[in-house]
Amino acid sequence: MCDQTFLVNVFGSCDKCFKQRALRPVFKKSQQLNYCSICAEIMATDGLHENETLASLKSEAESLKGKLEEERAKLHDVELHQVAERVEALGQFVMKTRRTLKGHGNKVLCMDWCKDKRRIVSSSQDGKVIVWDSFTTNKEHAVTMPCTWVMACAYAPSGCAIACGGLDNKCSVYPLTFDKNENMAAKKKSVAMHTNYLSACSFTNSDMQILTASGDGTCALWDVESGQLLQSFHGHGADVLCLDLAPSETGNTFVSGGCDKKAMVWDMRSGQCVQAFETHESDINSVRYYPSGDAFASGSDDATCRLYDLRADREVAIYSKESIIFGASSVDFSLSGRLLFAGYNDYTINVWDVLKGSRVSILFGHENRVSTLRVSPDGTAFCSGSWDHTLRVRKTSFHFAV
Amino acid sequence: MSSTNNVAQARKLVEQLRIEAGIERIKVSKASSELMSYCEQHHRNDPLLVGVPASENPFKDKKPCIIL
Repeated sequence: MCDQTFLVNVFGSCDKCFKQRALRPVFKKSQQLNYCSICAEIMATDGLHENETLASLKSEAESLKGKLEEERAKLHDVELHQVAERVEALGQFVMKTRRTLKGHGNKVLCMDWCKDKRRIVSSSQDGKVIVWDSFTTNKEHAVTMPCTWVMACAYAPSGCAIACGGLDNKCSVYPLTFDKNENMAAKKKSVAMHTNYLSACSFTNSDMQILTASGDGTCALWDVESGQLLQSFHGHGADVLCLDLAPSETGNTFVSGGCDKKAMVWDMRSGQCVQAFETHESDINSVRYYPSGDAFASGSDDATCRLYDLRADREVAIYSKESIIFGASSVDFSLSGRLLFAGYNDYTINVWDVLKGSRVSILFGHENRVSTLRVSPDGTAFCSGSWDHTLRVRKTSFHFAV
Repeated sequence: MSSTNNVAQARKLVEQLRIEAGIERIKVSKASSELMSYCEQHHRNDPLLVGVPASENPFKDKKPCIIL
């Protein structure tokens, strides 16, 4: 709320309450009246249309929702998997764990790849954030956060810094230095401040801006250097659990998912929600854009993953099986968008054929929930993190095509 | 005043729904075929889909070398 000062040049009887006050001009149906500041305030919050009551707004909202559904249904002429019948089926995959990263003392909660396709940052319930070289499994950096449950971490595009946060309600940026004498924690910069836990963070195209999602129900865009809030995104009705930025070619949007079962697409410049999808039956734990930017996938506690096409403005696929009853915690696409990797709370990773909607592989190995999963920037491997304290890097060793 | 809050909230919802109702949409058949053609175009270059030849795999376990 900002304080407003008005230039007052009339003093007299208010046209509404008739008290002797300083008056401001006010327009009602293009007729000028003079109201005192109290009556003017009441009028502003009640609305400029006298007959616009709560009831009429609610019924307009209902009719708009109905219209939205109608418009979406008109274009629902076919299912994705039907169109995909003419595509060749994928065969059997052999995906092997090539590296196991051990060193966290508690549940791994989040991980991210560096653009160099080799380094990984991961964060844990024990408060530690570790940077690994995934080729050698060496730990290159480690920092202990002042809080436990570091739920979010991200690598800067330059590879020179990492961001992380969690129960401290903040997102902090640590420059990475190879100077043995320097204490990483000393150079820490607090960037984002939320009023509840930080659930996700991501740098934008540069090291200069960070996008955050929080248990306080909002997302926010921050300037890293000054810590200034550049834009905030309000609309979720509950905790926001995840976010993903659109591939840079497709413009300034991002998608977020929350405990209100909604996935929302936002315009980063205006702060406006441009599209919203509410078909999941429980919390959305993870959202990820399809590589072309025209769609995104989501993973939810309702044990399904779903694909939403942005131009058709609707859900176009559900990835589920009766035998899968545990929530999906994290999802990511392979480079071509044909495969969707999803980590689940039943310790497995299911690999889905995005177009046909069928499962092509199930991967075992973790000894507790899979909490985070990302495909490497060059698409050669994917890494999963788990409550079993480890991270696993896997590659496809064979694909027996049909 | 909670009643004015409700009105303000309801108005925000109506405005949001107006924006969402007004966007341009395409048919699912068209959207699906575009998703499919993206997959087809990039199929060959997807290492997790087609596998990586052993010689180019940086993660492959190195065999011990014998010094002659």
